[in-house]
Parts: sequence; structure tokens; C-alpha cells
Amino acid sequence: MPLYHNDDQQMLADTVTGFLAEEGGIKKQLRHLRDTNCQDGFAHALWKQFSEMGLTGMLAAETDGGLGMGHVEAGIVLKEIGRNLTPSPFLTSSVMGVTALADASADLKGRWLPRVIAGEGVLAVAIDEGAKHRPERIACRAEKAGNGFRLSGRKDFVVQGASADAIIVAARTSGSDGDADGLTLFAVPKDAAGVGHNSVRLVDSAMASHITFDNVELDGGSVIGEVDGGRALLNKVLNAGRLGAAAEQAGVASGAFDITTNYLRTRKQFGQLIGEFQALQHRAAHLYSEIEIADATVIKAQQLLDAGSEKAELMVAVAKAKAGKASSLAVREGVQMHGGVGMTDEFDIGLYMKRDRALAEFLGDQFYHAQKVAELSGY
Amino acid sequence: MSDLDTFRQEIRAWLEENCPPEMREPVRDDDDACWGGRNFKFKNEAQKQWLERCAAKGYTVPDWPKAYGGAGMSAAEAKIWREEMVRINARPPLSSFGIWMLGPALLKFGTEEQKVHYLSQIARGEIRWCQGYSEPGSGSDLVSLQTFGEDKGDHWVVNGQKIWTSYADKADWIFCLVRTDKANKYQGISFLLFDMTTPGVSTKPIKLISGNSPFCETFFDNVVVPKDQIVGQLNRGWDVAKYLLGHEREMISATGGGDRAGSLGASLARHGALEDPVLRGQVALFDVDALAFTCMSEKFMDEVKIGRGHPAQPNMMKYAGTELNKQRLELLMSAGGSTALEWDSEETEGGALPRSWLRTKANSIEGGTSEVMLNVISKRILELPGA
Repeated sequence: MPLYHNDDQQMLADTVTGFLAEEGGIKKQLRHLRDTNCQDGFAHALWKQFSEMGLTGMLAAETDGGLGMGHVEAGIVLKEIGRNLTPSPFLTSSVMGVTALADASADLKGRWLPRVIAGEGVLAVAIDEGAKHRPERIACRAEKAGNGFRLSGRKDFVVQGASADAIIVAARTSGSDGDADGLTLFAVPKDAAGVGHNSVRLVDSAMASHITFDNVELDGGSVIGEVDGGRALLNKVLNAGRLGAAAEQAGVASGAFDITTNYLRTRKQFGQLIGEFQALQHRAAHLYSEIEIADATVIKAQQLLDAGSEKAELMVAVAKAKAGKASSLAVREGVQMHGGVGMTDEFDIGLYMKRDRALAEFLGDQFYHAQKVAELSGY
Repeated sequence: MSDLDTFRQEIRAWLEENCPPEMREPVRDDDDACWGGRNFKFKNEAQKQWLERCAAKGYTVPDWPKAYGGAGMSAAEAKIWREEMVRINARPPLSSFGIWMLGPALLKFGTEEQKVHYLSQIARGEIRWCQGYSEPGSGSDLVSLQTFGEDKGDHWVVNGQKIWTSYADKADWIFCLVRTDKANKYQGISFLLFDMTTPGVSTKPIKLISGNSPFCETFFDNVVVPKDQIVGQLNRGWDVAKYLLGHEREMISATGGGDRAGSLGASLARHGALEDPVLRGQVALFDVDALAFTCMSEKFMDEVKIGRGHPAQPNMMKYAGTELNKQRLELLMSAGGSTALEWDSEETEGGALPRSWLRTKANSIEGGTSEVMLNVISKRILELPGA
């Protein structure tokens, strides 16, 4: 399959680009939500519009009321989300949440999917325990209790956790913390007794929760997939989320690059446009090259993941690391090339820097994924 | 089964039957490559067989028209051919500046007679070509070149000097940029072809820091070139040159560049050379970049095939690919330790690694320096002011 969008995908891209530039722009969404101290960190009205545009259920199967599309299509949306810094539950709900529920029981799907697809409900995903992404160790524990389970432990960096209807939790149902086996995924309703949220605002103005589970009673129907056999499903959710984050980072990089090169074309010093200086031209050209390579890597990984290729996991790790590197370079060069105004809140480039930082940590930074590439390559 | 699936099966079967086992070993250096030409000495029978079998089917240049020695494959078929070659680690049957550089220029600018004559020779590996571009005073500023062809009616008389002519001492013919109008800088250059055995042509190898001499100085002393050996129009050779440079940059990014299959870390680990955790980390970060670049190469080729992608994109590929390759050899040297310092021992195949390491330093100089590539990206792709 060639590494560019086909006609249908290009049409989708054109539609989504227009929609998010219009409705998801920085002033209308990110700045407004931040300056009004929105406790959700995203606008429910925009989420509803996502649904009206048919985006919320694009990854869900047609039999589940979705569009049955793939990661290439979801990535098109995420790239524009990244470019516009649009706060939305798309990545956690429509990509990770929907992926988690794809093979769940009809009851579970029926309970959560229609609300997400309608743009009324939101799902959060609780994986991390501690400040760094280390899903190889899961200590959060669900003990068997009668026909159900009793969940105890703590999760961190649960994006939009306090706004979610349900939290998808990776918990240990057997074995010790570092075991690959013995994991189970649960869909925990937000009003379950014993769920405690400490919701915090992050550097990019998003909201995330530290969640404590104190003997939370769950019935057997809240289990997603197999008891003790959740690792494979968790990896599937992680791959979808990581690749989605990579696509969003590619969008952040592209957005930061565009406003920076525009600045180079308008700002004058020493009687000339600063874009005439070779010192800046070469850095901009290098950045262009890194962003192009990141874009190519992201679409390759999307195609591999959609095709169910055995190489997908490796290329997803490469994509998350490479898009992270490119995006980080784009925002750092962006602020530096803006000079003093790059440090001001008035200019948008600083907002890109903040978003990049949050996305870099989300589901593993470039060092985590380089390590993953090493492991998957056999060293 | 689709036509392409059938095609893939045919190719796979043909390769299985016709590609000798020796030709499925990795190419270690330029010596392993088959360059063809009048004076080429095949390394072994397998190399000769492999070239002959491929040439007979047009597989040395799969996407060239059959009339010019190719196999007439479509873009999709040629991609399958490459994939099937990679699948069995088959070596290219023929490495050739004729295929990579002159061929595409002739396909675009050549006359029908020139195409039939020169392209078929290239496809069969009969004539080895070299490229006469750089001059002692004209490196990055190539258009300032001085080698002059004086109009003598039915021929030119060429005088001047070229430098960095790759394998000029082994080449049969040269494609050469010659000034034919001293008053016009850009529109005063012609693109000429001539036989290296023409009286007045001489070459002198240049010894490099690697100890090898892949490049020559090439001298022209009253060299007679018939008028029908021009490609494109008189004084419009710069157009041909620029077009060809695009292909040269693609070639360098693909062969001297970073587009290597396989993980550097995995191969180092197999040799027990990744004990140092900090080096291991550096190698892992490099592998991220290298794998990402393989995606870029694939996307670039896909876009070239349908005419999408910016026409100046080969400059980006050349820049990124060569910088990556230099980094790769730096890491190999670090992993190799003092063994990688040995210059001529038998155990190290005559210092193959340190010589390759030094050779890669030229990757970001030859065919346009990295700095020139960045200039071109700034000017033509980013359209930055005054660039």
C-alpha cells in the first residue's frame, strides 16, 4: 500500500481540516477553556460536534454503530487536533476506549459505546502508576469477591478522569506486579463507591486525575475481555493510543513549524527579514526534514497496525519516539526563533511547547520507546 | 488472485531459480558490487551469471521501457520487484551511474537514437559511465565551471579539468558539463557524452583519508567531441544537470545514505559489542531514526511514482540520509573499540570498518554538501525570504 492517503482519506482530511480550524482553533477552545478555568479541560459542545461529524465512532465496528475505519483515518483527525491544540476526548475515548471495548461483551458495549458515539459520554483510561509510563508493572489489584471483584490501588495521569462516565482500569487479578500475565481490564463506572479523584491541571491546561480505588466493588459484567488474560488487550489499547499520540504530535510539530516559518517571513531585524539569515534557514530546513520523516513513520505505522502486521508494534514504538523527537524540536526551535515574544502568553508558540511536553509523557516518551525498539529488535 | 499477486509469484519463482546463492550475501563494500563495463573483472562466476540473467530479462532496469533494455514494469510492479529482491537479500545485479544518473536524464532529454543506443548499453552493463561535474574551482558553486568546448563546426574541442570524478580511471565513457558560451553563466553550459579513450583524456586517482582512491582528477587536452554527442539543447545543459542531480541525490540517500535494512543494535549485540549501557541507549535512539528513515524512503519513492511530493524533496532525502549514515559509522567505530582502529590486518579485512567510516564523511559533501541541501530546502520548499 503506498504511503499516502487514498482519495477517501484525502476527502476526510479536507473535511476535518476545515472543521477543526473553524471550531477547534486555539482561541475558541484552548485559550477559552483555560481562561474560564474549565474543570473538564474540554468543551462538551465541541465533543457533540465531533459526533455530528461522524468522528466519535470512526474506529467502532459498523455493527456497533460506528464507521469501521482504521488508524490511518483516526490519525487524520488527531493530526488536526494536534495542529490546532484542540482539547477533546477523542484520543482517550474514541481511540483507546473504543479499541478496549471492541471485543467486549454486548452488555458492556451497549452500556458505554453509544454514549461515546453520540458525543454525550467520555471514557478515560487508567494505566500508569507513578510519574513515568511503566505498564510492565501493574500493582493496582482486583481480588475476587463473590461473583465480582474488589479493586484497590492507585492510578496516575488519567487524562479527563474526573469527567469520564467510565474509567477503563488495568488491574492485577493474579501474580506479582511485574508479571506479564494476570492482568484484567475493567470498566469502572464513575459513580462506583470507593473511587476517589484528585483532579489536577497540567502544564498544557488539560485535566488529569490521580485516582484511588478503595475496595471498589465491581460485578463480573465490568470485566473487559478475559480475566487474567488482559495483557494482549492492554497492548492493543496501548498501541492504538501511542500511535494516536504520535499522530497528534506530528500535528503539533506541523502547527508549530507553520507559525514559526511564518514569523521568519515577517519579523525584521538589522533591516531585513530574519528568515533571510542562513543561520535560521538551515535550522528551519533541518526541522522540515525531521517533520517529514516523522510523518512518513506515522503513516507507515498506521497502515501496519490496520493490516494487523506483526511489525506494527515495532513501528508504533518508532513512530511515538520519532514524532516525539520531531515535535519537541519543533517547539524548542519555535520558541527560540520567536525570540522574546516566544516567551509571552500572547503568542501561541508557547502553547505548542506545553502541549508537546504533555504528549511526550503520554504513554511513554522517546526514551521509553527507544528502549522498546531495542527490546523488539532483540537487544 | 489479482494480477499483481500473480506477478509477485512469477518474480518470486524467477528469483528463486535464477539468483545464485553467492548473490544473496550482503554487499560489504564497493568491491562486492558489479559495475560492468569494458574492463570489468567479475569477482566470481555467480556475479557474471546474475548480471547476464537479469540483463536478458530487462531486470537491471525493471521500470525502463523494453525498447531500451528494460522490463517495462509499471510503478506497482517495480515496487514488487524491489520487495522480492529485498526479501531474499539479493544484490543488485548491476551498480551503475548509467542506471542511477545518466539513464533518467537520457529518458527525459535524449533523442530516440540516443535512447536506443546508450540506454541499451547501460542496461546490459556494457559501458561504465562516470560523471564530469565538479572542477577545482567549482564545487558547491558548480555553475561557475570553466571547462570549455570550442565550436569547430561538426565537433567541439574540449579543454579543462574535472575533479572528484568517481571511478574515472575505470569508466568507459563520461557525461560531462562543458561551457559552450562564456557570456552566459547558467545558459552557457552543454551536457556532452564522450569516450574516455578519446585522445587527450587522462585521469589521476586521488588518494583519500580512507587510503582508497574512488575519485579522480580528469584532464581534457584538446578532446574532440562530435556534435551528435550532446544531450538536450546547446547551452541548456544546466537543465539536464539539475535534473540528473536530483537523481544523484536520491541515489546517495539510498546507497551511501541511511536506508539500511535491519537494526544496528541487533547486529552489534550479536557480536557482544553493546555492553556499555550508554552506548546501547545511543544505538537505540539511532535505530529509531534509521527505521523512521526507511519509512521516509518508502514514502518518497511512492510519491515520486505518482508525481506527488515536492520536486526539491530529493535534497531533503540526501541531507537526512547521509547525515544518518555518518552517525551509523560513528556508532560502529565506538562499538568496535580498538579493533576498529586496525588499518590493514587480515582479521579486519584490511581495516574495512575504519575505511568505511572515513568514506562516509564524503557522503555529506559529494553530490551537493549538506549545507547546499539545506539552502535548497530553504529556498525551494520553505520559500524563505532572500534564500
